[in-house]
Amino acid sequence: MSSAIDKTAPADTATMTGAEMVIRALKDQGVTHIFGYPGGAVLPIYDALFADHGITHVLVRHEQGAVHAAEGYARSTGKPGVALVTSGPGATNAVTGLTDALMDSIPLVVISGQVPTHLIGTDGFQECDTVGITRPCTKDNWLVRDANSLSRILHEAFQIATTGRPGPVLVDIPKDIQFQKGEYLPPANVRHRSYKPKTEPDRDAIERAVEMMAAAKKPIFYTGGGLINSGPAASRALRELVDLTGFPITSTLMGLGAFPASRPEWLGMLGMHGTWEANHAMHDCDLMICLGARFDDRVTGRVAAFSPGSKKIHLDIDPSQINKVIRADLGIVADATRAISEMVQVWKAKKKQADKPALKEWWAQIDTWRAKKSLAYKPSDTLIKPQYAVDRLYELTKDRDTYITTEVGQHQMWAAQRYKFEEPNRWMTSGGLGTMGYGLPAAVGVQMAHRDALVIDIAGEASVQMTMQEMSTAIQYDLPIKIFILNNEYMGMVRQWQQLLHGGRYSHSYSEALPDFVKMADAFGCVGLRATTPQELDGKIQEMIDVKRPVLFDCRVDKMENCYPMIPSGAAHNEMLLSPDDGGEVSEAGKILV
Amino acid sequence: MSSAAQTNRHTMTVLVNNESGVLARVVGLFSGRGYNIESLTVAEVDPTSHTSRITLVTSGTPHVIEQIEAQLGRLVPVRSVINWTAAKGGIEREMALVKVAGDKRDDAKALAEKAGARTVEATSSSFIFEVTDVPAQLDAFIEQMRGLGLVDVSRTGVAAISRGPEAM
Repeated sequence: MSSAIDKTAPADTATMTGAEMVIRALKDQGVTHIFGYPGGAVLPIYDALFADHGITHVLVRHEQGAVHAAEGYARSTGKPGVALVTSGPGATNAVTGLTDALMDSIPLVVISGQVPTHLIGTDGFQECDTVGITRPCTKDNWLVRDANSLSRILHEAFQIATTGRPGPVLVDIPKDIQFQKGEYLPPANVRHRSYKPKTEPDRDAIERAVEMMAAAKKPIFYTGGGLINSGPAASRALRELVDLTGFPITSTLMGLGAFPASRPEWLGMLGMHGTWEANHAMHDCDLMICLGARFDDRVTGRVAAFSPGSKKIHLDIDPSQINKVIRADLGIVADATRAISEMVQVWKAKKKQADKPALKEWWAQIDTWRAKKSLAYKPSDTLIKPQYAVDRLYELTKDRDTYITTEVGQHQMWAAQRYKFEEPNRWMTSGGLGTMGYGLPAAVGVQMAHRDALVIDIAGEASVQMTMQEMSTAIQYDLPIKIFILNNEYMGMVRQWQQLLHGGRYSHSYSEALPDFVKMADAFGCVGLRATTPQELDGKIQEMIDVKRPVLFDCRVDKMENCYPMIPSGAAHNEMLLSPDDGGEVSEAGKILV
Repeated sequence: MSSAAQTNRHTMTVLVNNESGVLARVVGLFSGRGYNIESLTVAEVDPTSHTSRITLVTSGTPHVIEQIEAQLGRLVPVRSVINWTAAKGGIEREMALVKVAGDKRDDAKALAEKAGARTVEATSSSFIFEVTDVPAQLDAFIEQMRGLGLVDVSRTGVAAISRGPEAM
């Protein structure tokens, strides 16, 4: 299917095989990159890819890597990520990534091959009930039974993945359907029979929100990943709203970058490892304006003690989030860009003023919390403190076109606390599912979309071993990703919890038999670097930045450092621990929480 | 949210696109999020528009019920959700087939006739009654049959429809 034939083909419909339709539909949807792994049940689609040069296929080393790479691609571009996997194990390997994307509302289209229709249900080779297995971890999914319905389903899949609350979808295509000829229909704005996400806010709700904001004495904006998903316009509208009101602002892990961390209104991240000022302001505020966040348990702490004296405005595009965990005094179901822009417009049109004297007092209170310097740590001349490593990484990369991904654990929290993001789409992390092994393949996806950018995975030595094989992908495609491993030889967050909750019995949390990451880099064919002292760290980081090849950086950090501040499980926002000296008694109810 | 709130039974109807997997998606929502299903009935009601109607009885606190409605409403193949118990605008009926056998079956038959049940099979040793009513009345009827030789029960689950001339 050359592009010359494309041009002469009728604009509306064409007859082609199911496999050709897949490629055509991807192109018509503007897809330029897909991440995949071939196998028996997707060979016709791979054959169609072979004949067509319009789409770049990235061969991963494991299907989980394909899906995380697609997530990184999506998160950093705002476009849907696409993955192509085979039946059976190909599909089951994609499940972690699908669940991750569902939890973090990442738009993905995953296409899986399936055994031919006549073999479905016979326990055929590499058969599994892919739509059954992936139903709870997709926004919607389809088993295609006829080539004539394939193009409609594929276009619908893109529509559903990318609109409303974004999420992953999966299209399962039996091999015979990939060979079958059928009619291809181009994308059209068909009104879906049942799927009609509400994006326009109710005007009177916006007006009420503005009234509440103008009357507030101790307000706070609590923002989340919804602002990133809504697109850069949401971040611009948010900045304007903060300019107009002068209110303090905090964000969830998923929302970092929507508001610049350098601005004085920024309180830092909130939640379990959030700042003292963000959590105390959340606890003591009289008006909480939640924009595109979902009151996750990492954020709320003990729900019964959550911000007891405040009125709450909750904006979310997903109606089921309103009142799910915390009762909202005012719920607004809408796209964040639309709703925040309208708030700005109404605030201006009604010439609203914030309660300046009250706000001055509120800021004075916040400044006393800030003075706690809750992110401070005890520096060392001999050991690389992990906090120091993140700080130096930030200082040496902040003026570059930088994207940060992470794995999951202590290093992730240190990165979230200390790396200051100024723009959305620069921060890719697994929030809801907490997937160790996310960051390396996500970096592959990010770098694929931003070839000239500096893409760094802030990693832990345990997480990174879960998807290490994708270094090979990075090398194959000349992706100069930097894997910056804060190596403390422990599953650090597990060890921290064992210290706080299980009497220091470090059951199976020591990273025994670690590989030599520098030699491993050599074996992969990339660059290995190691830093063991604070004195050599800057030079090594600079070397990592300067080399235009993938790097595995083994940063040997203090093995016993814990991540503070911390709200222990089952505690409230104003019951934070600042350091190990604060004790850290965890209630019986807290012990059963994760 | 408040966990001390009272649990109540609610009847809901969910109109869905009649497509493969939709029932599994609805049922999976209940099991995945830990909600109850007390009964469930499903059938295609409009073949031209491929619409199926799922009527289910669930129970929960007001907060849980609100979540169930919202979570059902956001499923892609779901067209609309109505909570008949909250709307108080619905008529509910359920049908049961009730088999009795033994010495007291003539007493059972007399009682069944009084309750408006039809006898759909009579053998020399057993009866099968068909009874349609609101679920609570069926509960009461079945309870009465227990002392009169009840052998087996099959219930359809609830069907519900709005009062007056309008569709849901």
